[in-house]
Amino acid sequence: MSDIQLWTLIFAIITFSVYIYIAYASRVSDTSGFYVAGGGIPAPANGAAIAADWMSAASFISLAGIVGLAYNGYAGGVFLMGWTGGYVLLALLLAPYLRKFGKYTLPDFVGDRYNETARFVAVLAAIVVSFVYVAGQMAGVGLVFTRFLNVGTTTGVIIGMAIVFFYAVLGGMKGITWTQVAQYSVLIVAYLIPAVAVSAKVTGVPLPQIGFGKILEELNGLQADFGLAEYSGAFTQISMPNMVLITAALMFGTAGLPHVIVRFYTAKSVRAARYSALWAIFFIALLYTTAPSVAAFTKLQIMKDLNGTTLADAPGWFNTWSDVGLITTASGAPVSELGSSSFGYTDVMINNDIIVLASPEIGGLPAPIVGLVAAGALAAALSTASGLLLVISSSVANDVYYKKINPQASESQQLMVGRIAMACAILVAGYLGINPPGFVAQVVALAFGLAAASFFPILVLGIFWKKTTAAGAATGMIVGLSLTFAYMLWTLPIYGGSEGLFSIPPTGIGTIGMLINFAVTIAVSQFTKKPSQQMQDLVEEIRYPGRTTLVAQHQAGDL
Amino acid sequence: MDDASRQAYWRSNLRLMAVLLTIWALVSFGAGIVFVEPLNEIVIAGFPLGFWFSQQGSIITFVVLIAVYVWRMDKLDAEYGVDEYEQEVHHP
Repeated sequence: MSDIQLWTLIFAIITFSVYIYIAYASRVSDTSGFYVAGGGIPAPANGAAIAADWMSAASFISLAGIVGLAYNGYAGGVFLMGWTGGYVLLALLLAPYLRKFGKYTLPDFVGDRYNETARFVAVLAAIVVSFVYVAGQMAGVGLVFTRFLNVGTTTGVIIGMAIVFFYAVLGGMKGITWTQVAQYSVLIVAYLIPAVAVSAKVTGVPLPQIGFGKILEELNGLQADFGLAEYSGAFTQISMPNMVLITAALMFGTAGLPHVIVRFYTAKSVRAARYSALWAIFFIALLYTTAPSVAAFTKLQIMKDLNGTTLADAPGWFNTWSDVGLITTASGAPVSELGSSSFGYTDVMINNDIIVLASPEIGGLPAPIVGLVAAGALAAALSTASGLLLVISSSVANDVYYKKINPQASESQQLMVGRIAMACAILVAGYLGINPPGFVAQVVALAFGLAAASFFPILVLGIFWKKTTAAGAATGMIVGLSLTFAYMLWTLPIYGGSEGLFSIPPTGIGTIGMLINFAVTIAVSQFTKKPSQQMQDLVEEIRYPGRTTLVAQHQAGDL
Repeated sequence: MDDASRQAYWRSNLRLMAVLLTIWALVSFGAGIVFVEPLNEIVIAGFPLGFWFSQQGSIITFVVLIAVYVWRMDKLDAEYGVDEYEQEVHHP
């Protein structure tokens, strides 16, 4: 066992023991605790949990590589701005009002505010989006285990499933939330330590966000030497209109994702929901402002290391990662084909995922740090997986079983159904993680467009425009969702592969779908039956914090 | 709260939201994308300004925007006497 494997194992065992201990200490016995942690999580903890829930294996492992390698710097800004800007929308437009409304799930709001058809569409969309996502997380767990501990993907995924099973089934939202707080701490420390060390080493400035500026000129120069477009140059990869469309689709999609929205129900009060959003964006920004710096440092180092070198004198990290097939020749062949000729950065293809995992090694940091990064990646994957599994479980137990099948179900029956649904969801997620369907990677990126085109408009209108009707919302949601989905099928390379209209990419169409949803919902609402006076009064009341009569009655189930 | 103060509270809320969302759009879509090329002519601490907004500046602005929102809403709640937070809506 190498030093790196040993340290990875040590960090994995320590962190997993902490998660299990926390889960045992916060086990629950009622539905309110299981679905929303009793609505009693203080804001900083809730913010950390939101951040851990939000930042998946993709954010932790791939983001820096996507920005630095795949999108050559500037164009990567769509992900940096898109995956953070949505929190401004959440904080200002949704979080306080949904918390005041105070039910358990996103379909709860849609169903109560509109009608049963809308609830059904919302349940379906929530479950599909969550499953697509969770498959990616389980695959991420398998990936880390394979690369760092040399165990098979299957074993890795099963270990991950067992851990999640333990704390999610036992502790529900309460167990998940407190575990996520621990997971956030692990992942942010694991991300920042190597970033600070590499920044100090390369630029002499220990703050990566500042050090970034010191190397930009050198990086741009090296890029030019290799015949690549400027790293900081605008619109070298994506045109201006498409930058706007993709960024907007990611922002509005973030604000419409069920597993993020449900988080604000766990806050103690309306005020705590606002503060949760603030803590969440702060915790997320720590990683998201560091990621572009890591991307630039690592790319610079890689370009310096691979500049007229040969296989015989290639650096250690190059051999480590080409052995597992994550570095290949530019045409995808094994690097051994390079023979004894000298090569440079543009002659090889480096997988996005290794930027963060390999950055400690590329920066020459010791083995314990590499082990810590692996533990951080596991924390990121497990925390997001558990949050998504809770959405699936609560949608089945609350929105389908309790609301549709057996409204007389006792508290303990509902809890049992919730736990069984959670267990089944974990099994399905594990299966999808071991046998990932080819379309998962494509669909994860598109889930945002779908969420933007379906949920965001009807949530905002439902809160801010009392006269939005059930028929309007249902039509808007269906039209927005199906147009967006159809366009994606039409233009995705693996399906239609068409050019599309005005060269709008499938990742950006969600913005158009969202605008259409807004227009349709508003238009149809003009001509259909207005919501009851009582509903209009209820919507009016969720605008003000504090205890109000109608909302209280609604929560007690008296309306 | 009576009807008049409810309306006043809501109007102040909407005004605050309009200001913050305008800044949100100007910084991300404006400085980060639409006006990135002219802004890139200005270089501060090694960063072309437009590039910096798209990679870091807009994210930092988002944090500040939400902080201002939370702070102003706290003040507004206190002004209208709806700041008795701990006896608030609880889940049934």
